Amino acid sequence: MAGMSDRKLTLVLLAGVIFMFGFSYMLVPLYRLVCKQQGINGQSVRSAATVDPHMQVDRSRTIRVYFTTVLHNDIAFQFRSLQRSVEIHPGERKLIYFFAENQTGKDLTVQAIPSITPVDAARYLKKTECFCFTQQYFYQGERADMPVYFFVDPDIPKNIKEITLAYTLFDASGFEKKKERYHRKGRIDV
Amino acid sequence: MTETTIVSGQHAHHDDHHGPAKGIARWLFTTNHKDIGTLYLFFSLIMLFVGGVMALLVRVELFEPGKVLMNPEYFNQMTTMHGLIMIFGVVMPALAGLANWMIPMMIGAADMALPRLNNWSFWLLPFAFTLLLSTLFMKGPAPDFGWTFYAPLSTTYGPASTDFFIFSIHMMGASSILAALNIVVTIFNMRAPGMTWMQLPVFVWGWLVTAFLLLAVMPVLAGCVTMMLMDRHFHTSFFNAAGGGDPILFQHIFWFFGHPEVYILILPGFGIISDIIPTFSRKPLFGYHFMVYATIVIAFLGYIVWMHHMFTTGAPLVAQLFFMYATMLIAVPTGIKVFNWVGTLFKGSITFETPMLFALGFLVMFTLGGFSGLMLALVPADYQYRDSYFVVAHFHYVLVSGSLFTILAGVYYWLPKWTGRMYNETIGQWHFWLSVIGMNVTFMPMHFLGLAGMPRRIPDYALQFTDFNQICTVGAFIFGIAQLFFLYNIIVCCFGKKPRGLPGRVWEGARGFEWTIPSPAPYHTFEVTPELTSAEARAKF
Repeated sequence: MAGMSDRKLTLVLLAGVIFMFGFSYMLVPLYRLVCKQQGINGQSVRSAATVDPHMQVDRSRTIRVYFTTVLHNDIAFQFRSLQRSVEIHPGERKLIYFFAENQTGKDLTVQAIPSITPVDAARYLKKTECFCFTQQYFYQGERADMPVYFFVDPDIPKNIKEITLAYTLFDASGFEKKKERYHRKGRIDV
Repeated sequence: MTETTIVSGQHAHHDDHHGPAKGIARWLFTTNHKDIGTLYLFFSLIMLFVGGVMALLVRVELFEPGKVLMNPEYFNQMTTMHGLIMIFGVVMPALAGLANWMIPMMIGAADMALPRLNNWSFWLLPFAFTLLLSTLFMKGPAPDFGWTFYAPLSTTYGPASTDFFIFSIHMMGASSILAALNIVVTIFNMRAPGMTWMQLPVFVWGWLVTAFLLLAVMPVLAGCVTMMLMDRHFHTSFFNAAGGGDPILFQHIFWFFGHPEVYILILPGFGIISDIIPTFSRKPLFGYHFMVYATIVIAFLGYIVWMHHMFTTGAPLVAQLFFMYATMLIAVPTGIKVFNWVGTLFKGSITFETPMLFALGFLVMFTLGGFSGLMLALVPADYQYRDSYFVVAHFHYVLVSGSLFTILAGVYYWLPKWTGRMYNETIGQWHFWLSVIGMNVTFMPMHFLGLAGMPRRIPDYALQFTDFNQICTVGAFIFGIAQLFFLYNIIVCCFGKKPRGLPGRVWEGARGFEWTIPSPAPYHTFEVTPELTSAEARAKF
């Protein structure tokens, strides 16, 4: 039987095993990429979108965008949107505010993670400015209004009439990015 | 001194071959494929009873609503351990044990290609499971997040013992990878001259494909638990949203391993059944080529359906549809297999010895499990069925009456060959019928519990589910007691006083190299590689 010797075949298979171990780690960026393309799990709204200068406002359609907030693990924060919802034409830009207050009694770094439903609308809701792009450092008792500047891409499927933008606020202590420890970008102190 | 005499005594006995060493050293240092196969099988048998007792404890707790026996925390540990032990400690080692015993004997090889590696791959297992089971005796809970160990249950909220779990998974993974490596090299390089790929016994084919599945996905599982370890101790955040990770990513990586894993658990079993049904139908296997291709197609499709475990995690519609259709497509090659088994039975002169009974039981009930699988594959239906007892019923039909029944069938089929003693047929029949009754009484009502809305992994339930849960518990005990009949047969065959000595071809309808050697199989077989002439090849298939 022609073919590889036991030793060579074993080494080839071992190389395959090592590759597959590496592949499991390769799945991490791969997953991010796919999610960003598809807008899954808020991956597409965690960084600033670029605005097409030729974007037309489609006044024939109106989409209602709801806002909702969740505190992960019930951290002692006030965190809510100042409007429950807004109406928006595709292509139009809107500014809305979220309010946050640190009631934990200590300084804390938090990170808001966005999520959009329905899933098929996710990649059409785009933000040019958001407090969720970076971590936010809050002094004890500090309060802030945090703006979100967003628009809905006019390419959005016709059947979508409502979108929900949800934020979950996570305690990011232990995961502070050193340079941004005192990062306070994208908010107005109250 | 005595050892030398014994060894030389066996010299005379076994035409110039060394017999096994005496005492514990034989088992610790053995490189003999039959010894290692035996070790795997006994390990698996012990784990079957350990995992079985846990299942019974779970069923006792579910006998009535409210607390019966244990608090919810302990209940969670029992379901987790039961799942891990049955999958990694029973089915996988049992199949590896059968592979070790049978593959060299089926392809006419003297031993496995890498015998020392073989020893290591077995001996990793007892240590891995000691590590895992030791968590039950530690302060604080044992792993309690389900066998799927989803993040963040196992990362942020995992008990301290999770680290023991992680390292035991690493060791089991290493063991499986080494075993798979060995099997691939053996099948590639050690087939008897003249044995072409399309003359391999179907069990060998099944294991070859399974070995490739193992080599591809066990490293992914290792990567998955390594990421967990890093998240738990080294401040990474693969799965932690607070640090920029994503818990859904865990599910993708886990099920990228997890779905091929279910085919790892069943494909060798398909092979066993494909050897047993022709023997007791006294007909060659119907559609051998289709059986082989179907195995390969199932394995390939197994890689691209993992997301059907996560339809409700917010995937885009296109992805859900793709995974739904790909999943349903698996019914085609599986259907071919079931059709061919039935085709083999058709007009055969069938007898119903215990291995055949288990094979037929498998055929009927695995198909049922396949149908509930098809129901779960449908996206809109899955939204309703997911995480309910319907899922529990489904995967127990394919794992108990699927994988476990194939293993039991295989053990009954080859036990006379291994030990040279015939098992007690009456006890075997009792074992089968009690198992079938127990299994159906346990798991059939779970379909309806699930459809009625009873969630899985919950130690307590709403009052209206009580009757069916009590039926399930009774069935579970029938099934548990049935396995004592199995234990009896094993003990009698392995350690009984009955004189050994059966014809080489134990079953007169059996074909293949393994039946050309005496029973019990001598310690060393096929030291002179057999040639496969074309006449023999014709006789074989």
